[in-house]
Amino acid sequence: MLILTCPYCGVQAEETELHPGGEAHLKRVGPDGSDEDFEAYLFARKNPKGVHFERWRHAYGCGKWFLAARCTASLQVFGTYKAQNPYPPAEIVDAIRAHRPDWQPDWTVQHAQAESPAE
Amino acid sequence: MTRTPPFRLAQGGRLIDRAFQLPFRFDGRHLRGVAGDTLASALLANGQMLMGRSFKYHRPRGPIASGAEEPNALLSLGQGGRFEPNQRATTTPLVAGMVTRSQNCWPSLDNDLMAVNDWLSPLFPAGFYYKTFIHPRPFWKHLFEPVIRRSAGLGAAPTDADPDRYEQAYAFADLVVVGGGIAGLTAARDAAASGQRVIVLEQAPHWGGRTPTDHPGGQAAIDALLADLSGRANVTLRRNTMATGLYDHGYLIAREAIADHDPNAGLPRQRLWRIRAGHVVTATGALERPLSFACNDVPGVMLASAVRDFIIDYGVAPGQSILVVTNNDDAYRTALAARAAGLDVPAIIDARPLADGALPQAARAAGIRVLTGTGIAKVKGGKHVEAAALCDQSGDGRVLETIACDVIAMSGGWSPVVHLWSHCGGKLLWDDQAAMFRPDPDRPPLGADGKGNVTVTGAANGDLACAGGLEQPEGATMPVWVMPARAPYRLRAKMWLDFQNDVKVSDVELAAREGYASVEHTKRYTTLGMATDQGKVSNINGLAILSAALDQPIPQTGTTTFRPPYTPLTLATIAAEARGEAFQPLRKTPIHGWHETHGASFEPVGQWRRPYCYPQGAEDRHAAVNREILAVRGGVGTLDASTLGKILVKGPDAGRFLDMLYTNMMSTLPVGKCRYGLMCNENGFLMDDGVVARLSEDSWLCHTTTGGAERIHGHMEDWLQCEWWDWKVYTANLTEQFAQIAVAGPKARALLERLPGTIDLAALPFMHWAEGELAGIPACIFRISFSGELSYEIAVPAGRGLELWQILHREGRDLGITAYGTEAMHVMRAEKGFIMIGDETDGTIIPQDLGLDWAISKKKPDYIGKRAQQRPHMTDANRWKLVGIESLSNKVIPDGAHAVAPGRNANGQRNVQGRITSSYHSPTLGKPIAMALVRHGPSRMGEVLDFPMPSGDVMQGRICDPVFYDKEGSRLNG
Repeated sequence: MLILTCPYCGVQAEETELHPGGEAHLKRVGPDGSDEDFEAYLFARKNPKGVHFERWRHAYGCGKWFLAARCTASLQVFGTYKAQNPYPPAEIVDAIRAHRPDWQPDWTVQHAQAESPAE
Repeated sequence: MTRTPPFRLAQGGRLIDRAFQLPFRFDGRHLRGVAGDTLASALLANGQMLMGRSFKYHRPRGPIASGAEEPNALLSLGQGGRFEPNQRATTTPLVAGMVTRSQNCWPSLDNDLMAVNDWLSPLFPAGFYYKTFIHPRPFWKHLFEPVIRRSAGLGAAPTDADPDRYEQAYAFADLVVVGGGIAGLTAARDAAASGQRVIVLEQAPHWGGRTPTDHPGGQAAIDALLADLSGRANVTLRRNTMATGLYDHGYLIAREAIADHDPNAGLPRQRLWRIRAGHVVTATGALERPLSFACNDVPGVMLASAVRDFIIDYGVAPGQSILVVTNNDDAYRTALAARAAGLDVPAIIDARPLADGALPQAARAAGIRVLTGTGIAKVKGGKHVEAAALCDQSGDGRVLETIACDVIAMSGGWSPVVHLWSHCGGKLLWDDQAAMFRPDPDRPPLGADGKGNVTVTGAANGDLACAGGLEQPEGATMPVWVMPARAPYRLRAKMWLDFQNDVKVSDVELAAREGYASVEHTKRYTTLGMATDQGKVSNINGLAILSAALDQPIPQTGTTTFRPPYTPLTLATIAAEARGEAFQPLRKTPIHGWHETHGASFEPVGQWRRPYCYPQGAEDRHAAVNREILAVRGGVGTLDASTLGKILVKGPDAGRFLDMLYTNMMSTLPVGKCRYGLMCNENGFLMDDGVVARLSEDSWLCHTTTGGAERIHGHMEDWLQCEWWDWKVYTANLTEQFAQIAVAGPKARALLERLPGTIDLAALPFMHWAEGELAGIPACIFRISFSGELSYEIAVPAGRGLELWQILHREGRDLGITAYGTEAMHVMRAEKGFIMIGDETDGTIIPQDLGLDWAISKKKPDYIGKRAQQRPHMTDANRWKLVGIESLSNKVIPDGAHAVAPGRNANGQRNVQGRITSSYHSPTLGKPIAMALVRHGPSRMGEVLDFPMPSGDVMQGRICDPVFYDKEGSRLNG
């Protein structure tokens, strides 16, 4: 049973306190989207053996949604971060790289900086 | 040779106290054991070697082990609600008055008619079910399966509820040590000395594992460790606690037996520990392996370690003449222990060509005959061992000599207990030298930080000589997978691997010949390791045989997956307090008590209990529902609507947010008005509905369905936190803050106007709300209607809900005021053609299917579900749409009935063109009414559909408008 630290309230929460929400960083496709983009938004999900980004809600705690970076094979947790990040922040990327030097993000850093929310 | 008493030795037995005699019953016989006995030692002390029958061939079975790995000595314990099947006699402590029974035999353990299966065993090879019961096809369902099911299973399932109490507890530790033998206690002492919080778990009732039994001075060493540990505040020692499984991130489950089989103790029977461990040390020891020689399953053939456990620990002589057969030095301890107890040891049969370690030398010095390079060709005896025929181990089984004996103590070497290590991803390596799988220290289970969080020590790590300097040096073990090495088929077909499931060497070899190369497939094909011991005894021997048959090294074959629990766990322990009324929280409205005292018949709605109806006198539920409906339609009724979800949405962007959430426009709703809204998910499917009231410029109150309040609140938060996190909106779930009472019926206003108040009801139009005071209680009155009648829903602070309800019933008595339940509400809404989430919707229905296009904004550029509803499948004209159905008879067409269409589909089933979604008898109209989803339904008014029933009858219904009653809506105004 996983333990994840809620980045809002700081509690080390056990899985029974949390509610899983599937893959993180999906980009919503609205009425103007193409059939292909909308299908991908609704149904196409990554299923990696390795580094993965997920949504979790601290359902029986502070109620906040947060994001977690972890390895689906070893269950190692690289870090958790707030749900408002459009991309994993730099410290999460660094933490992953420290353990998985070969891992490559599938987004561009410039893009990530441009869309980073103000704290 | 025949078995002769005494079976209880005159001396010895380090775990028993002969001063306390404990009476118990076995198969109706009255027997006696002593304090400290297990059920197995007590039965052996009474000369009872036969304790069960094997699963498939009903062969006689005695215990082969003395601990948790026992596959044979499974008994039924207790009576009534405390009846428990398949309990291992070797780990069940004897309790005075215990009632025990043997299993899987009829009419008796001694004379089991199903033993005919044994004579027919050549007809039941591996994969017998798969080969035999395939054809003819219909025979499976009607003949084979019922017969197989009747003969399947060992013990019977209990029929009564378990009256015992079970509980769960949580614990946290820096280090959890599993195993209270010398290795575990040593690891605990070292960690405790450094100040860590340590928990030590031991499955047995006593500490020390094998050390006190096997090593002179062992008990003193254990006592010294215990004295150190028990004096430390940072150490918790728990006996009788079996670690059942290790899970992600150091989560360990353990079962503590507190008052097992002792209902008078006044304590919970068992406790399930849920432990979060910073680190785990597995010091789980090792299990001895049997040897595969012909008829190694005859009662009296036991593991060598078990034989000396019974002698040394319990003062029991399993037999008077104990023949030892081994491939290692350790079994010599059994010979020496037996000799020291005054028992005869006719010989030690050692498969190794040479045996000259310290223990063999000690055996020879004690005058015991040692035969090296020798094996057992066959065991003689039926219900107990009578003799063993010896042969050359390297030969084909030609008999050299026959030795009379009544017990054979066998040892095929030891296998580390790697279960916990493996549960959570720890890998194993094959140690060729020691012929065992042991944990690979380079590939441990990993914790959240990616580092190993389990270490293994002692015999569990393959370090069999770990008794802290007490051990004598031992000679090497020689792998012996078949005895003798070139045994012909005739012998291999009598060599048992899995004693409970009757899997033999020849069965595994047959599986390999038939192409079962994977150990997991072979397991399922032969049932090897699928017995209640889960392969603890059989696994390694079986996969060695498979490897030999496949002509590949053992590590290439690998092991089957180790899964929790380590030993069987009763379901009651897992459920613990969460049973009966405490199974889940029960939610009650502030008016619940009134419902109870007024005879409400409740139904569960989510975690709520809502009155379904209020039967009066001799009324049944149907009659009560009809009476309640007519009372509302003809006068006035009250419904406890407190369970409806009430979510406050507030903030500068609240209107914009609700426009995204609902299919229709909420931002334009004027303050003081109400609007019915639909909520869809991103798939476009309708997920909830309810009335939204605009409370002020920046706040809206969203009503949800009873079951949907928490889910919809979570849905709102998800979108607000993750997608539109920069919108300024707050939500609060106020469901339990307000009691809500629907007052409905043509006399509703007349009733409310009798109460003093500040709200002018005559000036409150339909779909408006007002705030003020009613009968001295602060109240919001929403003029909305789910019954089609003149109706007010009154929300008051939860603490004053009952007060208002009672005032209404007092003031309305002469108006015939009637409390109505959920079923009356359902029927009335169906009479009006209103949909119900969960009846008309099932997660695949879009609002357009239900004729709710009027509640879908055409102007809004976006809402959740809008894009999905544009998909071709969603706009398909062939989608089933909502209509009403009039039954052509006076019978209600069952809910869920399908309307058939001409022709058949690819599977040969009748084509369908619709189904009933709601169906009731309408007392208002005096006839059945139904709602249905039908292909092209709205354009087929008047057509008659056929609804075939399971009985073969066909019910017919005519398509009609779903609004059955008051189509003009004139009754809304009373």
